[in-house]
Amino acid sequence: MSNPQTMQIQEISAHSGPVPGQGTQRAAKVCKYIDVTTCIGCKACEVACVEWNDHPFRETSFDNTYQTMASTEWNYWNLIKFVEHERDGNFMWLMRKDQCMHCEDPGCLRACPADGAIIKYQNGIVDFQQENCIGCGYCISGCPFDIPKFNPQTKKVFKCTLCSDRVGQGLEPACIKACPTGCLHFGTKQEMVQIARARVSQLQTESGFANAGVYDPPSIGGTHVIYVLHDVTQPELYGGLPANPVIPPSYTVWKWLAKPMGLIMAGLGVLAVFFHRVTVGPKLPQPEPVITEHPDEAESDRRETP
Amino acid sequence: MTNGWIDIKNTDMMLIMGGNPAENHPCGFKWPIEAKLRRNAKMIVVDPRFTRTAATADLFLQIRAGSDIAFLGGLINYAIQNNRIAKDYLINFTNAAFLVKEGFKLPDDGLFSGFDAANATYDLETWNYEQGGNVGPPPAAPAPSSGETTGDQLKTGQEPARRFERQSEPVRSSPSTPPDKGPSSAGGVMSSQTGGGHQAAGGPGAAAQGGPKPPPPLPPNTAYDLSLQHERTVFQLLKKQFSRYTPEMVERITGIPQDKFLKAADLFTSIRKDGDMKKAATIIYAVGWTQHTTGTQIIRAAAILQLLLGNVGRAGGGVNALRGHCNIQGATDMGGVFDIFPGYLKIPAPSDVDLATFLKRTTPTPSKPDVWDSYNYWSNTPKFMVSFMKSLYGDAAKKENDWAYHYLPKIDRKYSWTEMWDFMYQGKVKGLFAFGMNGVAIGPNSRKNIEALKKADWLVVCELYPEETAEFWRAPGTTSEQMKQINTTVYRLPGAGFAEKDGTFVNSARWLQWKHAAVPPPGQARLDQEILARIFLKVRDLYKAEGGKFPDPIVNLWWPYTTPENPSLSELAKEINGRALADLTDEQMFPGQTVKAGQQLPGFAWLRDDGTTACGNWLYSGSWTEAGSQAQRRNTDDPSGLGIYPNWAWSWPANRRVMYNRASCDPSGKPWDAERRQIWWNEAQQKWVGNDVPDFKTDSNPQDHMGPFIMNPEGVGRLFAPLAAFVDGPFPEHYEPSESPIANPLHPSQSISPVAKKYDADLDKFGTPEQGYDVVCTTYRLTEHYHYWTKNNPMNVQLVPEPFVEIPAQLADKIGLTGGERVKVSSARGEYVAKAMVTKRIKPMMIDGKETFQIGIPIHWGYRGIKEDQGKTARNPVNLLSPAAIDPNAFTPEFKGFLVKIEKA
Repeated sequence: MSNPQTMQIQEISAHSGPVPGQGTQRAAKVCKYIDVTTCIGCKACEVACVEWNDHPFRETSFDNTYQTMASTEWNYWNLIKFVEHERDGNFMWLMRKDQCMHCEDPGCLRACPADGAIIKYQNGIVDFQQENCIGCGYCISGCPFDIPKFNPQTKKVFKCTLCSDRVGQGLEPACIKACPTGCLHFGTKQEMVQIARARVSQLQTESGFANAGVYDPPSIGGTHVIYVLHDVTQPELYGGLPANPVIPPSYTVWKWLAKPMGLIMAGLGVLAVFFHRVTVGPKLPQPEPVITEHPDEAESDRRETP
Repeated sequence: MTNGWIDIKNTDMMLIMGGNPAENHPCGFKWPIEAKLRRNAKMIVVDPRFTRTAATADLFLQIRAGSDIAFLGGLINYAIQNNRIAKDYLINFTNAAFLVKEGFKLPDDGLFSGFDAANATYDLETWNYEQGGNVGPPPAAPAPSSGETTGDQLKTGQEPARRFERQSEPVRSSPSTPPDKGPSSAGGVMSSQTGGGHQAAGGPGAAAQGGPKPPPPLPPNTAYDLSLQHERTVFQLLKKQFSRYTPEMVERITGIPQDKFLKAADLFTSIRKDGDMKKAATIIYAVGWTQHTTGTQIIRAAAILQLLLGNVGRAGGGVNALRGHCNIQGATDMGGVFDIFPGYLKIPAPSDVDLATFLKRTTPTPSKPDVWDSYNYWSNTPKFMVSFMKSLYGDAAKKENDWAYHYLPKIDRKYSWTEMWDFMYQGKVKGLFAFGMNGVAIGPNSRKNIEALKKADWLVVCELYPEETAEFWRAPGTTSEQMKQINTTVYRLPGAGFAEKDGTFVNSARWLQWKHAAVPPPGQARLDQEILARIFLKVRDLYKAEGGKFPDPIVNLWWPYTTPENPSLSELAKEINGRALADLTDEQMFPGQTVKAGQQLPGFAWLRDDGTTACGNWLYSGSWTEAGSQAQRRNTDDPSGLGIYPNWAWSWPANRRVMYNRASCDPSGKPWDAERRQIWWNEAQQKWVGNDVPDFKTDSNPQDHMGPFIMNPEGVGRLFAPLAAFVDGPFPEHYEPSESPIANPLHPSQSISPVAKKYDADLDKFGTPEQGYDVVCTTYRLTEHYHYWTKNNPMNVQLVPEPFVEIPAQLADKIGLTGGERVKVSSARGEYVAKAMVTKRIKPMMIDGKETFQIGIPIHWGYRGIKEDQGKTARNPVNLLSPAAIDPNAFTPEFKGFLVKIEKA
């Protein structure tokens, strides 16, 4: 992907109006391809991510592993997960780069109640806009990959942006640029799937990994970060990659049922007011309060969230 | 590396052993990955631990640290027994057919012939070839064979190979044989046929101390048997030597189960299945091989294996050492070792009373079957040496004073690293300059180094950070009362970091790559060359003012730099390349060309021994010519697609990327693999041409049978390394590490190398299993850190915050240890405390029938650093544990495979 155009927003969280600038630009779907079978766990991607995004250092401590920390953090978006695993009597040391998967159907965005806090670009990148974030943490529970992380100081949630700032300028994400073995690639989704499939067939025929496959879970419409795994039938082995990631039903209900229902209710309320005015006449001295939807609920939720 | 990083992409098979490139050379590791992805190359990883490299391997074998020769010997045996060897290559390009002197004895009992127990050295008398020409049976005796044994017949390129083929296989079609060019063709340009057949590898120290007599010369006309049947051919001796390395023996010594070993042996040698010569295998190693008392011989074993398989000199082949610092190759090339000058010229011994004596001892003459040719490139030693002295002393180096030969230091003993600290510990070395290295942390036996510094009068440290050497008095266990007793004066100089300097790095692939300074040094920090120049100028002033015992070498040192107190590195680089001191012409080699006085030399072929050239390092000659700095070239064209990139930077020697590339062709000059053509013989042009710079005499017709290994006086690769090439034997033999859990199964009475050096100061203690030291310990680096340096960098500290010890889960269970708990590791010399990383990546092993555990410790910590200063980690350098026992050839300490015991702390 080397299109030096500003990226086109496709979707905005909790936003019912039109998407600004829609139709003015087009961008191909982008994708990051991670070949887990040639990753050496060198952590160059971790360092590149911290440096590019200017993240403050975290205090870490030894935890019986080569893994830098237990999970991604609000200031550590890219983490290689190290897993020791025995397979058919053969030992394997699995190293999987964990970060936001940039789902085609992003659970975080579905869950987010704050207008404009999460946007999805047409190229597939899902990006958080912290100035609009209300810190409710719904995105955290909406994510099937445990990616968004809350910063208790700023009360905002952060995650990998797929270097939307770099990609918007026609550059590859920082992690891709830093990878020394070339196990990371970046391009259009179509190209990446093609490379990944070729690698899978090589792994099956040349390296004896009969179950090698591409991880691009259809349950969330595919992802804009795809993996090649030695054994795609057991993605959980690779530091808890879900076999069948799904957005919690409550959020899909929110999106597809509760929100339209709320809107309908609001509309009905307005109509009721109108007809009341027409049929009954104005109520003096104060007008009828308008029925509001979920934001109130979100507000109370936020207060409870640590 | 014989080849280079990028060339690894051309391989079909990788043996990665004694190195962990994914961990320590992650950027270079893209090429092994590339070979896997593009060529379906297979990767075999052999290591004491399941490493990051192993994570991408096709086959991983866990080996006991210190048993590498047993494994490689097993591979050599397997290749010979299963006929997976490159026969044509072997006969024509190695000394397989040479006869070894009568009386040479293989080390069945652990000793080669000639052992002198009193001095723990070998008499080299029998470690030599026999003189006398062809002694083989007349080949193809039943067939009409007029003149078969004459030299003329043998000189016809393919002929020797054909003879070998007749022993076992159908005769191959042999190319038409052009007329013989005659025996004089080897005596052409760049060859000085003087001297009396002396061998270049004599040990100067030995001669000076009245030890064993100087080695006898190599015979000029070696005896040989191209049928390889004579029992004293190198091949038969090699076969016999390694016949003892059976899969059973490999299992007993290395702990690798036979079936796994056989799987690996079959896979690695499969490239020579059914006589196929197209494929190539590479061997990749690093300090996991060198840091043993048998380190040099481990690499010898790898070289033998690669010669047997015909893999040296070929794209995707070779024996490839990965260098662990950005410029350690440059440091070695430039003579940063006590026994060599720049360009691997030898340093004179006191017995070399004048230049002629020195050159006679160090300039080899050809030793080969008289019907073959040998370029014997070291015959140019006098040109390299005189030009080097001219670069050191300029006009003060004159013919009348032997080119200032008497100014040069003569070494009377081995001033190796470990020796130096031992001398200081004995009170004989009074002061130390420590520039860009942390001697206490580096070890071995750090406690001894710390105690040694306490005895020194002074210490000068030039560094970026406060570190263990500069603050040796802070070592754990030093009381404030003891600190008061230390009288060493310590001078700390603020050095500049690598990004603050320009100049070249020389990488593992032998490329000189120029870099520019990114930022100026901060504060009062100074460039190394400025610090050194200022010290030198002051010392010179003192000598000028006060005289002294021998001021000449100091006051006459050639110092022509524009800014004498801060010479620019470009000026130095030009000086190293060399320049003409008079107008030069060479009608034979460079007809019509002239290099004018004062001009930069185009390359080392122009060097002279008459004082008309000056050159700081002949190997680097050609790196900064009249066309400018070749190291600054950044052209990314790769016409051959082999990753040669001829115009990217500059590779020594002479910008050739794969060394010994003549061996990429069969004896007739045709590439073994037409798809990976490096160079080839062009019959029409009567010269060697190709994608790479030929590492050969370019007009040497294949019929002349000049050997591809032009730096050996034999012209061929050495399966058998004669005379003083290696002090511990002409063939590798497995010896146990200086501390070992078992007695050597091959010869229990001679368990360790008889000539390996163990130091014997009171702090040099060695442990045994009987004393409870029964766990094998190895040390290594992590990707996340760089030596003892990055513990000062928050980014690296975040990635791996503190020291740890990797412990097999089964061993942890045995002592009731869980991951994250503190563990104490003790050797006979010291203790080390850190948290335990309990892992399944190291398995228990059966070593000679005995359950044996291995543990591993990353080296990166000490008593100064972010976490250390916060008091958040144990403050101990890991080399408190390692022993001062060294390889007698390279003097490298045994950091891998020593004995410890562990307990909960």
